[in-house]
Amino acid sequence: MSFHPQMPYGEGWHKSERFIPEAGADFAFTPEHRAQLEELCTHYPPERRKSAVISALYMVQAQQGHITGNAMRHVAEVIGCTPADVEDVVTYYVMFFTKPVGTYVLQVCRTLSCALNGAEKVTAELCKHLHVKPNETTADGMFTVMEFECLGACDRAPVIMVNNEHWAECQGPGDVATLVDGLRAKGLASLNGCHLVKERA
Amino acid sequence: MFEPVLTKYVNEPGGHTLDFYVQHGGYQALKTALGMTPEAIVDTVKKSGLRGRGGAGFPTGLKWSFVPKDNPKPKYLCVNADESEPGTFKDHVLLERNPHLLFEGCVIACRAIGARTCYIYIRGEFYHLQKQMEAELAKARQAGYVGKNILGSGEDCDIWIHRGAGAYEAGEETALIESLEGKRAQPRLKPPFPAVVGLYGCPTVVNNVETICNVPLIIEKGHEWFAGIGPDKNTGPKLFCVSGHVKKPGVYEAPMDTTLRQLIYDYAGGIRGDRQLKAVIPGGSSTPVLMPDKLDTHLSFDGMVAAGSMLGSAAIIVMDETTSMVWVAKNLTHFYKHESCGKCTPCREGVDWLYKILDKIERGDGEPRDVELLLSVCDNIGGKTLCPFGDAEIAPVLSTIQHFRGEYETYIRTGESPVQSDFRAAEPVSAH
Ligand SMILES: Cc1cc2nc3c(=O)[nH]c(=O)nc-3n(C[C@H](O)[C@H](O)[C@H](O)COP(=O)(O)O)c2cc1C
Ligand code: SF4
Ligand code: FES
Repeated sequence: MSFHPQMPYGEGWHKSERFIPEAGADFAFTPEHRAQLEELCTHYPPERRKSAVISALYMVQAQQGHITGNAMRHVAEVIGCTPADVEDVVTYYVMFFTKPVGTYVLQVCRTLSCALNGAEKVTAELCKHLHVKPNETTADGMFTVMEFECLGACDRAPVIMVNNEHWAECQGPGDVATLVDGLRAKGLASLNGCHLVKERA
Repeated sequence: MFEPVLTKYVNEPGGHTLDFYVQHGGYQALKTALGMTPEAIVDTVKKSGLRGRGGAGFPTGLKWSFVPKDNPKPKYLCVNADESEPGTFKDHVLLERNPHLLFEGCVIACRAIGARTCYIYIRGEFYHLQKQMEAELAKARQAGYVGKNILGSGEDCDIWIHRGAGAYEAGEETALIESLEGKRAQPRLKPPFPAVVGLYGCPTVVNNVETICNVPLIIEKGHEWFAGIGPDKNTGPKLFCVSGHVKKPGVYEAPMDTTLRQLIYDYAGGIRGDRQLKAVIPGGSSTPVLMPDKLDTHLSFDGMVAAGSMLGSAAIIVMDETTSMVWVAKNLTHFYKHESCGKCTPCREGVDWLYKILDKIERGDGEPRDVELLLSVCDNIGGKTLCPFGDAEIAPVLSTIQHFRGEYETYIRTGESPVQSDFRAAEPVSAH
């Protein structure tokens, strides 16, 4: 029985994408991260520490760039749930990386308003400039290019998110070289961020 | 002329700070509300006619009154700052430029429903806003507007900002609750409704950021003032997001008797390059596209339904004559395919299939039966899913076929798009 009588099952449709990331190196939170996490847990009822799992995973990512099997086991132990519970979360939310990524992850919004404003050209230009395809990392490990869905700033289209926390807005294909060179020279400090007032002033 | 209230100071340098907010009359409504009974607050909000700004337009006062008073469990307020509907960026502006209005609204709403804890669930991508909000929240706590024994009244209300990690579905209220509990953002079967069994099994109200930001204004200026703005049953100031092919994209505050034409041509400066308008999505990607003949309709909850669409999150996406509507359907279906939570079969399987058919047409391999097949698949999704995501994902497909069937047929017959768009890349770059 299929979802629709004409649905061509058996031709590569309906493939589960379930996978388990590699165990990776041994992992434990730094004392600072551990303390920060314990503080965050106080925002929830004592028996609800699991609510802090997303925050814990962000800390893993801050510590080692991406999330490994060993890191998930450590998070499970600290939060008080099973590794499967943690894996469930890691594989669901798009802001977690399960594979190594570049120092700077450039995620170009591809959804309608950005696309209507030339996002495809921005991605193409970025890929050309860095000699990669989407989802690939440059040979020097500096940049990963990805596509992303609507970032909630469609008036500032096209938008690029850098490392899940920093934004570059109103990026035309012509701005790509400046963005990349700026990151190479001055790192994240080269981004102007998301500042309405600054922008309109 | 209508004067903005929610966004009055958004372009003012320093307008987001506690000092500025207090100097301009901020936290006065909180003082008033502390002197009112919870019932009186709910009643005032009911009389104002405030309807939720998150998408469905459900009356806010009524939602609050569903929270059982005799339930001994703690009660929670969850503010929905997930803002993931494509085309929507109004909450972004409030979070960035007017966080204290939100905090003040949270404390008042908590008092109204008997909650002592409020979580602001903010999408993970808004982290740069969160840092600034945390700093402002700490100041509000120190000044006694938030936290224990607020302004010496004996009332407690803690506000915590909870960061998500990228999932459109986390905006659905029960999925948001699941996510807050540390799980995948997958919706729960209703009933029971969150007002009775919500976060941690306790009574919970989920409200949109803009909804909560209206609350201090209603308390301060009165429900008559609020009800006097805009058409009957569609009252109060409203934020509209305009993006796409317009000269001045942005967030505009206006009453809901403003027409689509006024928003696009007066507020947003008209179509870029003075091209012809082809179609408009009036309320975010999940609302059906409208043709230019509907431009004189009011942008109200009821006006948009009458025009054959929905106000949704009031996200107006404007498309000019160079836009291929088959590509629009494919672009948005890609979004829904990417974001489907996978919990129920019609959505999980169906949206993937819709995308594959649209992609095939776009590559020039469409077959004559494909339009009927798309309609048939939509028919197997619409109304048959666990949450409204299913109806959302078919809206772009159904409405573009309804208005632009000829474009689909030409595309399939000739294998090429009948419309050339200069904003697209010459070669496809997408990873999928
Ligand atoms: C798939 C889906 C996504 C949603 N996303 C959001 C969102 O990002 N922000 C929001 O406020 N409401 C969103 N909603 C609506 C919420 O479920 C809920 O109705 C709303 O937060 C209630 O607040 P209100 O009564 O103040 O409008 C979404 C609903 C669905 C079905
Ligand atoms: S309709 Fe889609 S998003 Fe909603 S529960 Fe079903 S699979 Fe999940
Ligand atoms: S479509 Fe790119 S930010 Fe919304």
